[in-house]
Amino acid sequence: MNKTDLKLLKEIADLERVPQGAYNIRKDGATDSRSSTENIIIESKTDKSGIDITIKDGTVNESLHIPVIITKTGISEMVYNDFHIGDNCDVLIIAGCGIHNSGCETSQHDGVHTFYVGKNSRVRYVEKHYGDGEGTGERIMNPETIAYIGENSFMQMDTTQIKGVDSTKRKTTIIVGKGGEVAVNEKLMTHGKQIAESEMEIVLEAEDATGRVISRSVAKDSSYQVFYPKMTGKASCFGHVECDSIIMDDAKISSIPAICAEHTDARLVHEAAIGKIAGEQLLKLMTLGLSEAEAEERILEGFLN
Amino acid sequence: MLQIKDLSLVADNVAGGGRKAILDNVNLEIKDGSLVVLTGPNGGGKTTLAKAVMGIATPTSGSIVYNDTDITNMTITERARLGVSYGFQQPPRFKGMRVRDLLELASGKADLSTMDCCMYLNKVGLCAGDYIDREVDTSLSGGEVKRIEIATILARNSSLMIFDEPEAGIDLWSFAKLTDTFKDLHKNSDATIIIISHQERIINLADEIVVLSEGKVERKGSKEDVFPSILAEATRGCKYMKNVEAN
Repeated sequence: MNKTDLKLLKEIADLERVPQGAYNIRKDGATDSRSSTENIIIESKTDKSGIDITIKDGTVNESLHIPVIITKTGISEMVYNDFHIGDNCDVLIIAGCGIHNSGCETSQHDGVHTFYVGKNSRVRYVEKHYGDGEGTGERIMNPETIAYIGENSFMQMDTTQIKGVDSTKRKTTIIVGKGGEVAVNEKLMTHGKQIAESEMEIVLEAEDATGRVISRSVAKDSSYQVFYPKMTGKASCFGHVECDSIIMDDAKISSIPAICAEHTDARLVHEAAIGKIAGEQLLKLMTLGLSEAEAEERILEGFLN
Repeated sequence: MLQIKDLSLVADNVAGGGRKAILDNVNLEIKDGSLVVLTGPNGGGKTTLAKAVMGIATPTSGSIVYNDTDITNMTITERARLGVSYGFQQPPRFKGMRVRDLLELASGKADLSTMDCCMYLNKVGLCAGDYIDREVDTSLSGGEVKRIEIATILARNSSLMIFDEPEAGIDLWSFAKLTDTFKDLHKNSDATIIIISHQERIINLADEIVVLSEGKVERKGSKEDVFPSILAEATRGCKYMKNVEAN
């Protein structure tokens, strides 16, 4: 791996070397390296591009890294990764995509991740998207996540896109079973002329299902963001959607949350706010000796932390 | 020494139209290492004066000199770096910023120890274990945010500390602790301390009391000289009602 590869891996997966545990590193449209463990088995799909991951029942305190990096200009790929997670597991899955585009052609990664989570399991899924490179070619990522959360299981999805992705269209669909819970933390910052669209649907399908979505975003320069978080309650359940955005410069943000109840005991709440950085916050940090620019940076850093 | 010379701040378009002097030719000299309590009726100009010293409010005329440097036209940041600090009467909240982050920023030490954070929070009556990693957001009560605000000023450890109604929103038990903290701060440091307050327990700590009313320094002096007149003023009653009764 060269310096560019390592920088991308550091940005998206906080990796400085080959990870411990199971991993699959995909580079420029092909598998670069792979390692399965006794409990986490990774196999290539035979009918299309992508991998099947099987995590055995009772796998605890294990991690799986599946980063994707693109360093050549003009690469466009569509990948399907399926995760079959057994019962009574407790695992960390770190995905993410980094594109370094130094050329003039568009580099694009589209991926569909589908999770089948068994009973009584805990899954933390971390996904970071990052782009860099001095080329004029666009960096595009369109991730789709589908998850089926089994009885009494919990899934936390932390998804972050902070820098360098010119266009993203994200789609997330999560079906939560009896006593199950999903917590989605979405963090997004766009700048320049970037466009980001996030469509999310959480379906609380069975009794005592819980869904929480916290989306925080910052739109700078003349970038554009649009959010469609939707929470549907089909049983006695609880769902909460919170969307908070900071708007700056000539940016535009649309936040269109929806809550849909199909059961009298479905309790669903949504909150959405868009606003600029509060002047009092800037003043406070300036009284602590920060310049206005430093204060702004710290406020955004905290907001997206 | 802090010298406020002929300071005026005239606001345009006040309610009912026209102009109003929020500060009207204020002259004050505050000696190094002293504890001065700024008091007086609501709307008298106390917070505006404090904000003018910090650079948050811009005076219409006059000057502010701190340690022989004219700071009248300096930015907030420049004044902060020169040693001026100000604890807001109504501190802002920050989504995503933890109590620890604010204390680190205030102290200027990126690696402020948990022990130091604990010390500053303890001085305002908060248990660090409960607060250090909490976000300074709407999950905290007004009194909690206020105490964290005071802790940031203690962590900043500036040569001039201004506290704007530190007692506001704070329960009686915590207030007693806070009074001791101001007393210790005055005793054990060289900092010049200005406290905007209406509380007798705070006024008791003062080397000098300044009464600001209708934008002017109405009187100033020791507690013995000034406090009786404040009490007399407070019991004097409503001017408007007196006029109504007289007619």
